[in-house]
Amino acid sequence: MRGRFSAEIVSEYVHRGQLSFYVHPDSIVKILTALRDEKSLRFDYLADICSVDHLRKKAKTNERYEVVYNIVSIPNSFRMFVRIRVSAEAQKIPTLCNEWPCANWLEREVWDMMGIEFKGHPNLTKIVTADDLEGHPLRKDFGIKYEIQHFTHTKDDPIEVVPDNPFH
Amino acid sequence: MNTTSNIRPLYEIAQEQAGGSGKRTMTLSMGPQHPSTHGVLRLELELDGETVVKCTPEIGYLHTGIEKEMETKLYYKSIPMTDRIDYMSPMSNNLGFCLSVEKLLDIEDAIPDRVKWIRVLMTELTRINSHLVWLGTHALDLGAMSVFLYAFRERELVLDMYEMVSGQRMMATYFRIGGLMDDVPKGFDKTVRKFIRTLHDRIKEYEDLLTNNRIFQMRTIDIAKVSAQDAIKLGLSGPSLRGSGIDYDVRKAFPYSDYDKFDFEIPVGQNGDVYSRYQVRIEEMRQSLHIVAQAIDGLPEGPFRAHVPGVVLPPKQDVLTKMEAMIYHFKIITDGFKVPEGSVYVPIESGKGEMGYFIDSDGSNIPNRVRVRPPSFVNLSALGEMVKGHLVADVVATIGSIDIVLGEVDR
Repeated sequence: MRGRFSAEIVSEYVHRGQLSFYVHPDSIVKILTALRDEKSLRFDYLADICSVDHLRKKAKTNERYEVVYNIVSIPNSFRMFVRIRVSAEAQKIPTLCNEWPCANWLEREVWDMMGIEFKGHPNLTKIVTADDLEGHPLRKDFGIKYEIQHFTHTKDDPIEVVPDNPFH
Repeated sequence: MNTTSNIRPLYEIAQEQAGGSGKRTMTLSMGPQHPSTHGVLRLELELDGETVVKCTPEIGYLHTGIEKEMETKLYYKSIPMTDRIDYMSPMSNNLGFCLSVEKLLDIEDAIPDRVKWIRVLMTELTRINSHLVWLGTHALDLGAMSVFLYAFRERELVLDMYEMVSGQRMMATYFRIGGLMDDVPKGFDKTVRKFIRTLHDRIKEYEDLLTNNRIFQMRTIDIAKVSAQDAIKLGLSGPSLRGSGIDYDVRKAFPYSDYDKFDFEIPVGQNGDVYSRYQVRIEEMRQSLHIVAQAIDGLPEGPFRAHVPGVVLPPKQDVLTKMEAMIYHFKIITDGFKVPEGSVYVPIESGKGEMGYFIDSDGSNIPNRVRVRPPSFVNLSALGEMVKGHLVADVVATIGSIDIVLGEVDR
């Protein structure tokens, strides 16, 4: 398999005994379906799709985002990660919805939280965040805002009553 | 005078409203306050008469941004938040997170056996807790009120044990990175043994009430059938996957925390319908009890924390008497610990399915990214496919059978 896709595989990465391959974004569907259909491998269980924002170490790597596909071969009890690096925010990734229906919601969540778009997704809409929220919360440049509780009135600063207001 | 002629069935009105478009269906919004959607889940049902043509789950009412919040906190400060992800099985969440950070730190070998075994014991009790809540609410949805009361009675016993070890009944936060909060108290083994005896009999009672109950069978057999191939494609996990006949359990496939030293079986269903998933979960409770019994009988002696200076808190006695220990204690609490760069994913088998933590570290003392692989989220995404062609009442049975927790779906 490694030889068959030598052109598409960018690099191999093993950390704490977990194997990952970095591949070219456009070939992701081809590689995952090949891994699924190969009789001896049978990586047919797509466990998860998640995304990482590397804004903090952007100086080192040029690509800011990373999408991680987490696939399991149930007969062989083996788990593997196929990763793609996404450089620009406008770059689109091919969708996996046609091969794995469970990718539908997972990709929607990636788009909603990280803002990575998927080409050919049937329904790429907001899924967990509120409708009026702008932006993608898991991006590093999306700051966390804490609500500061202001006391509207105290003994020295009593509540202001506007006489013209019909609600008072 | 004929007054009844004015009363017409709803679908006729719907047809009339649809006009000449030929649309025969009406849209019904179920939830988010519907009691049998198990939380704040909204379903948009497209109905033809009483048959579901299309079902679109809508989620996000409970989104709390836990993943984002974890990116701003020291590693150990995220543990209390993991309790709140799947609030029906807090200890499983703790375990997943702790194992993941331990793998990143590469201190897995330093974890004492006692810690591993207590972790197994508590997570299996958690599974029982989760399944008891599922059993009660699922049966309640299908009209069996008494099972709900019985299941919650036994759940109280599990919560009592939580309280014994951690002082908390629900959000236990008992596991720590590299160990536990504290050792189990005196007399804990006696309580556990009593609980095992009690629940063995009680599971028989639940089965007497439901397994051969004709109404229960009629509501569950052949409802929301999922074939083995579809179950894999839909990404189901946990009892929902095993109900379809796939023998995949993270405890066996990727053993963690010494699960390979325990003797237990993975129950697998045959038909892939609601009834199969029920059978799988009931049998899983028995297997969990079996594991708990093994864990309490063979509980090894030893410390309840690993000895990893700079990462795991030193024993309290040392903190009070030794200078270095006090400095470590102070440093860990205020500054946390630095985690080597890289990313790992550690899955565990929670009550709902495969729950995994993907943690990406950039070498600092706070994680760059924490991703929770939510079993309920993926299982719920399959609901639309599962209920197609069934009646509205079967939707309720199906939601119960995939056992979702909305805190985990939305995070």
